[in-house]
Amino acid sequence: MRKTFTAFVAGAALLAAAGVSAQEIRIGIAQEPSSIDPHYHNLGPNNGFLSHVYERLVQQDSKQRLKPGLAVSWKPISETVWEFKLRKGVKWHDGSPFTADDVVFTATRAVNVPNSPSSFGTYLKGKTFKKVDDYTVHVSTKDPYPLMATEMSTILIISKKAAEGAQTKDFNLGKAAIGTGPYKFVKWQKGDIVEFVRNDDYWGGKPKWSKIVLKPISSAPTRVAAMLAGDVDMIDGVPTADIETLKKNSKVKLSQGISNRVIYLHMDQQRDKSPFVTDKNGNPMDKNPLKDVRVRKAISMMINRPAIVERVMEGVAIPAGQLVSETFFGHTPNLKSEKYDPAAAKKLLKEAGWGDGFGLTIHGPNNRYINDSKICEAIAQMLTRGGIPTKVVTMPKNVYFKRASRGGPDKSPEFSFILVGWGSGTGEASSPLKSLLTTYDKSKGHGASNRGRHSNPKMDALVVKALATVDDEKRRTLLQQATEVGIGEDQGIIPLHYQVNTWATRPGLRYDARTDERTLAMDIQVVK
Amino acid sequence: MSVFIIRRLLQSVVVIWVMSLLVFGGVYLIGDPIDMLINPEADQEDIDAAIRALGLDKPIHEQYWFFLINALKGDLGSSFIFNEPALQLILARMPATMELAFASLFISIFFGIPLGMWAGLHPESIAGRSIMTGSILGFSLPSFWVGIMFIMFFAVILGVLPSGGRAETTEFLGMQVSFLSWDGLSHILLPAVNLALFKLSLVIRLSRAGTQEVIHQDYIKFARAKGVSEKRVILVHVLKNILIPVVTILGLEFGSVIAFAVVTETVFAWPGMGKLIIESIDQLDRPVIVAYLMIIVFMFIVINLVVDILYSVLDPRVRLQDVKA
Amino acid sequence: MTATISETLVDPTGKPADLSPFQRFVSDFCESKVAVAGAIGVLIVALIAVFAPWISPTNPYDLATVDIMDSRLAPGKQMMSGVTAVVGTDGMGRDMLSSMFYGLRISLTVGAMSGFIALMVGVCVGLTAAYFGGRVDTLIMRVVDLQLSFPAILIALVLLATLGKGVDKIIIALIVVQWAYFARTVRGTALVERRKEYIEAAACLALSHRRIVFKHLLPNCLPPLIVVGTVQIANAISLEATLSFLGIGLPVTEPSLGLLISNGFEYMLSGKYWISIYPGIVLLFTIVSINLVGDRLRDVLNPRLER
Repeated sequence: MRKTFTAFVAGAALLAAAGVSAQEIRIGIAQEPSSIDPHYHNLGPNNGFLSHVYERLVQQDSKQRLKPGLAVSWKPISETVWEFKLRKGVKWHDGSPFTADDVVFTATRAVNVPNSPSSFGTYLKGKTFKKVDDYTVHVSTKDPYPLMATEMSTILIISKKAAEGAQTKDFNLGKAAIGTGPYKFVKWQKGDIVEFVRNDDYWGGKPKWSKIVLKPISSAPTRVAAMLAGDVDMIDGVPTADIETLKKNSKVKLSQGISNRVIYLHMDQQRDKSPFVTDKNGNPMDKNPLKDVRVRKAISMMINRPAIVERVMEGVAIPAGQLVSETFFGHTPNLKSEKYDPAAAKKLLKEAGWGDGFGLTIHGPNNRYINDSKICEAIAQMLTRGGIPTKVVTMPKNVYFKRASRGGPDKSPEFSFILVGWGSGTGEASSPLKSLLTTYDKSKGHGASNRGRHSNPKMDALVVKALATVDDEKRRTLLQQATEVGIGEDQGIIPLHYQVNTWATRPGLRYDARTDERTLAMDIQVVK
Repeated sequence: MSVFIIRRLLQSVVVIWVMSLLVFGGVYLIGDPIDMLINPEADQEDIDAAIRALGLDKPIHEQYWFFLINALKGDLGSSFIFNEPALQLILARMPATMELAFASLFISIFFGIPLGMWAGLHPESIAGRSIMTGSILGFSLPSFWVGIMFIMFFAVILGVLPSGGRAETTEFLGMQVSFLSWDGLSHILLPAVNLALFKLSLVIRLSRAGTQEVIHQDYIKFARAKGVSEKRVILVHVLKNILIPVVTILGLEFGSVIAFAVVTETVFAWPGMGKLIIESIDQLDRPVIVAYLMIIVFMFIVINLVVDILYSVLDPRVRLQDVKA
Repeated sequence: MTATISETLVDPTGKPADLSPFQRFVSDFCESKVAVAGAIGVLIVALIAVFAPWISPTNPYDLATVDIMDSRLAPGKQMMSGVTAVVGTDGMGRDMLSSMFYGLRISLTVGAMSGFIALMVGVCVGLTAAYFGGRVDTLIMRVVDLQLSFPAILIALVLLATLGKGVDKIIIALIVVQWAYFARTVRGTALVERRKEYIEAAACLALSHRRIVFKHLLPNCLPPLIVVGTVQIANAISLEATLSFLGIGLPVTEPSLGLLISNGFEYMLSGKYWISIYPGIVLLFTIVSINLVGDRLRDVLNPRLER
């Protein structure tokens, strides 16, 4: 196999020498994958970049809508069984045909990768895969399972022949890295380079680029400089600070699109004595105002979201009123982003008995989301002016997340008022509702990231019902209702904005911005 | 001499052990690796499974004991992130960093010592004063700031040098190196200068201070009186006598360049060890951090050993048993 | 310290003998015009740092008055409060001039405090190691090895995770990082000095260890120490900037000069030059001034230098 790769590299080099180098594309990326094994680590860059090499039964388009991939169709054939019809005539990179055996093999292998730090078992547990014939697979579950197709859009399918018994290491070296995708894996030097070449036999037609070179450049200004200097053809993660000048630069074209990530605030709604809620002079209090829905609403009204978008995010974000934006399944048209109204907020605070205000500390990460630490500062400015003097403490994510999730006594969340983000990998509203707003319950797997410990049985019931409703329209209504209760009525969390991601390309190219933040060569268009 | 070296190496075993203990404890205090590794969509059951898979479910002292047993067998553990032996990961990154470290050491010595001596011999001349004042600039600004300025100027505005990264490597003495081609050198130049600036100024200043002192000592006067040529006086007698502080500092600095060229490697997207350690710390990839710092502390001990031996070579008054610590 | 050193000072320049040691020191110092310029620079910087709250147009740490609607204003534009931002505003709407005045205050405190304490610790430890030798030396030097190979970022992260954020924590982190440098440097020089005749002579006179170490050994180890010392204060400020750059520095709402510089890093390619360039220039001015003074001090205080 390695020989073939070398031959490909040599071929690509010859082409380049012949002046066809325009077909090669070099991309400066912010974060490199942690493995070439598609099931080792459920991590954004892996799921993204490995999509060049492997494919899924169900694909997500650039707006995360489901479309046929290695499966041409899927439907429930009974309450608990889904049928997937596979695509015929698909060949693996080593020439062998793709069949149902590969799918069944993938399903068993993906949940059993040794030392996996984040397993795909999340999407596969409770599902039994059965081969019916070479091109039909049945997946059965114990209970009705509406999210079947959605979850199958997360699993990359690997070749049974090439990967049986293979270790993660064998993928990284290329031996087992055999997919059906438009590009073949060539090499990965950690921290330096990832290389793919064209798969000329791709079932979906000949791919555009002869070769893809990914260069990890983690420092944002350096990435932009590499783009300006012409060292790369494209970069992802363009920092907001540079967007204004890059727009005016003729050497660069920007492509932007809303992402599936919402930035929001959690408030401690469990403890009466919350450690970072104080009176105005900074002394601890016995009463926690954040438990009062009116106070939460008032805080939400004090936040000038358009100002954050315009000033902190430099126009590159969209004010949010719920967990997913318009194009996503489960978005409710009845919830808009809260209007900035400091006068009404003051009135509401008074009504709640906190007219004199109280003190708060906002905690946030400083290297996780776009401008995270600046957003915390802006919010502190706004709340301080609204009569809630607010301190800001930001820290790197490696310190932050442990403390935010379970830094307090009995592994409870330590902080009182925090900034976090959530990206809906599955592209619909049930996953954030379940994780962020249902009552924390370890045994049911509910509220895993509910760091404010919001709890409302009415909303829990709606979410549970939605997760068992196969009918799409009924499920959509249930999710919308759950959102309206959890965020609209309860103010369980305060949504701030949806992130917008920016890519830069050289002139003549355009990127179809993806909501899932992935950078895929397949979505680069050549324009005149 | 050999007893001295053996004793020092034995001590290093203790130091390395203490280091592993400190790092283990340190990482435990900072945070929990699982928060960095797990996908947010995972529920509690998945999180617990991952914690078990990485051996993080055991109490910290058991984890450490387990690590120690394996370490004695030569296994420093596998990276949580890459699932590859930590040692291999580090060694794979070493040639890139070594290249950069030697390039910057070369720059600081071959420019620093002559410039510093010149300034020391001619302290009142305009050139001498300019060298001294100029050398202040070398450590006045943080290197990330200077680094991005370099990139701006040489890569974006002038377009004469690449903006970052390392060139294609070739095999040389069994290592993957990039400095054998023009392209490789052009990639090294900016990060090496960026890295060398601080050391360069330090060397200039130490050499000047040393020269100014030594030049008035009796033995230099005797040498001159004896008719030894000025060239020989400077190159042999002065040079040899200013080297002790220079060697000490360069030893320290060389170690820290290899170990923690974190900022330069990040800003210039240089795929070396510094970038590896900072990314490992970011992700709390404990096996890599522990293995890395154990290697680094050993390296520092060796460097300091070499420096101590150099003392006795450079200055006969320092006997090895004095420094046999 | 001046008194200690002037004891061993010989005066080869033939200056009037009736000058007090201090007057002689001042007159020596002023011989260099560059050094005088540096001293004036240090004075300006120090005055700004001390009087920052009184001379700044706004209070950049007061969240009730800082407004993101003022962010990224170009130099000379007026802020909502009516104050003119002479050198512009930063990304959070803070007046750059006020921020730099306040930031200088914090950075100088952090740099000088951590540098001074680390120097004290390092000198004591280094001299002890060199003078006593043997096991004491072994133990100390291995701890130094350990310390030198322990990255600053890890120390800062542990402090952040256990003690929280703040100026005091950063100072502690910087002391922990720096003392070993001084210890190692002092020991290197002291090893040479302790073999020299004057130390043996002092030992023969049965002077106490403490007297020999501090009155005789230390002054003769000073020249390289002053070099490393003045450089190290600059380095401490740089290090604090670097820690801020890595996200583990001081609180973001009370930016130090280092934090301003690391914020400026983000804006380097944005065309908003005032956010990235001015803090750099202020830091450059500060460090250059301190070091011009430091250079001259070393020349003047050096017991063995004939001028």
